[in-house]
Amino acid sequence: MDLYEYQARDMFEKHGVPVLRGIVAHTPEEARAAAEEIGGVTVIKAQVKTGGRGKAGGVKVAKTPDEAFDAAKAILGLDIKGHVVSRLMVAEGAKIAQEYYFSILLDRANRSYLSLCSFEGGMEIEILAVERPEALARVEVDPIEGITLAKAKEIAIQAKFPAELVDKVAEVFVTLYGVYTSEDATLVEVNPLVLTEDGDIIALDGKVTLDANADFRHPDHAALEDKDAADPLEAKAKAHDLNYVKLDGEVGIIGNGAGLVMSTLDVVAYAGENYGGVKPANFLDIGGGASAEVMAAGLGVILGDPQVKSVFVNVFGGITACDAVAKGIVDALDILGDAATKPLVVRLDGNSVEKGREILAARNHPLVTLATTMDDGADRAAALAAK
Amino acid sequence: MSIFLNKDSRVIVQGITGGEGTKHTALMLKAGTTIVGGVNARKAGTTVEHGEATLPVFGTVAEAMSETHADVSVVFVPPAFAKDAVMEAIDAEMPLIVVITEGIPIGDTAEFWAHAKKKGTSRIIGPNCPGIITPGEALAGITPATITGTGPIGLVSKSGTLTYQMMFELRDIGFSTAIGIGGDPIIGTTHIDALAAFEADPDTKAIVMIGEIGGDAEERAADFIKANVTKPVVGYVAGFTAPEGKTMGHAGAIVSGSSGTAQAKQEALEAAGVRVGKTPSETARLMREVIAAL
Repeated sequence: MDLYEYQARDMFEKHGVPVLRGIVAHTPEEARAAAEEIGGVTVIKAQVKTGGRGKAGGVKVAKTPDEAFDAAKAILGLDIKGHVVSRLMVAEGAKIAQEYYFSILLDRANRSYLSLCSFEGGMEIEILAVERPEALARVEVDPIEGITLAKAKEIAIQAKFPAELVDKVAEVFVTLYGVYTSEDATLVEVNPLVLTEDGDIIALDGKVTLDANADFRHPDHAALEDKDAADPLEAKAKAHDLNYVKLDGEVGIIGNGAGLVMSTLDVVAYAGENYGGVKPANFLDIGGGASAEVMAAGLGVILGDPQVKSVFVNVFGGITACDAVAKGIVDALDILGDAATKPLVVRLDGNSVEKGREILAARNHPLVTLATTMDDGADRAAALAAK
Repeated sequence: MSIFLNKDSRVIVQGITGGEGTKHTALMLKAGTTIVGGVNARKAGTTVEHGEATLPVFGTVAEAMSETHADVSVVFVPPAFAKDAVMEAIDAEMPLIVVITEGIPIGDTAEFWAHAKKKGTSRIIGPNCPGIITPGEALAGITPATITGTGPIGLVSKSGTLTYQMMFELRDIGFSTAIGIGGDPIIGTTHIDALAAFEADPDTKAIVMIGEIGGDAEERAADFIKANVTKPVVGYVAGFTAPEGKTMGHAGAIVSGSSGTAQAKQEALEAAGVRVGKTPSETARLMREVIAAL
């Protein structure tokens, strides 16, 4: 999960990272009140999970609370790369002397952590990495040892910070590593990290990505989720603990195992090319168990998608026996009753497949067609969706 | 022959008394695996019964190893405790640790991987994987052993069910060893490790490599194949229709910006001389052609 800037700011503050005051606002009135509370010059910043908001007019300086009101009015509702602004952060203004870059991230290729840091900030990091790679320090961070003060100094020196600033920024790097590990982040980025005219180091804008696998030890992370922005079908699936991603097609997909489901989406898209370009409507992995309840919940979500015209259930019975899966489908259709309105193509293979196919054949549900192979099932489901 | 696991492997199960551990211990025994015991600190000194077999439960991995000469551990411990379980197996210098557990925090995996790398005495497979099977000899994991028998194909895959699907498609030919390396962002054994082992295994005549979106493991495997693999390799990549920025089931399966796409992986593999199937069935057909031409 990616956090909004204000959420990252709050998290930084909690872990002792130096930040400026910032208050979230949803209306111009709230922005004015926030500016009054902070006092002095404030910066009104659109809260969107994408870059380039400055160029899009999503950041404005306000000298007074009334100016904050006007700025908020102008920014709320802006469309920034498809993200409509519905919340703002009113931040304390800063007199910036210099801008730097710092991040810690998961380095998949090296199966380790990596810190990126540059004394030259104010530029997009992707551009800096390409145009001036020598200005960007890349320092491996051992996941067990972490960023100690010594390691932090090494990063600062490699990033070409002048001697008088090394100790000061190194202390901040250590606190940022504290955010990374104690919150189970996979990315902590500060861009820019600034030196103020008063000589303070401040994390002015932060980006944090949290590892969902670690949610069990961070009950407070659930509150950070942006429930308004979630697709309603994805939210419904999540409430049932289903692994679902909404896509923009007509063939609903249910399968077991992430790899097989991804593959099913591809095979349906290829089959769809023969039927006017119909596409998969979603990713839904019901996992190994595939009980009637899970199947019913999954079908319920998919049939609630008005774009869906047919459903392809593609299950390979590994440990799970196909008769249990077939029973799950039959029971799910009974649970759904009249709510099941779209044709279902079912492909079963593997463990106890004959029994599974017998159960479906015996039930002889008018909506269900049995497919012989994955390719056959994809073809039939695509054909039904094109009707 | 085979890679990493064979009929002489002596297997313990960490989490042998839990639901998953119990179920899969029975299935591993049925597949012919020599299971010599299990570990659960709270149930040390007890035994678990599986048909004819009475398996001792030890308090620690080190104790289990010294008592049973185990050389493989299969880990079914829940995510919250998995790091400690794997760390313990690494400290005991367990030669092969197969981590089945799904949903381990990435930071925990990063830590146990860093520890294993420094120590240099354990191979880790997984986490979040189906494990490894050498058909007819042994199973360390949850792969269904009844799909297929022994044969000349070596298989390495990020995905469990796609492994099963491919074993099913090629069940009449059979497999030397099939290894599911897992779909997490950090994994122990990589495509490259498995490819190198299959290249060295005289009983493996051809290799199927299954990848998916996310990271650049397939691209690096392609470079490795070009330089080091003489046996024919057939590939498959899942996730051509996956949208950018969405995690597709596996924690590591995500296209970020323009990196990690299925297209890039397919191109890299083809440039390395790997024949890449568009679908699992086409991949199986390509493998049949390869086997026929051997």
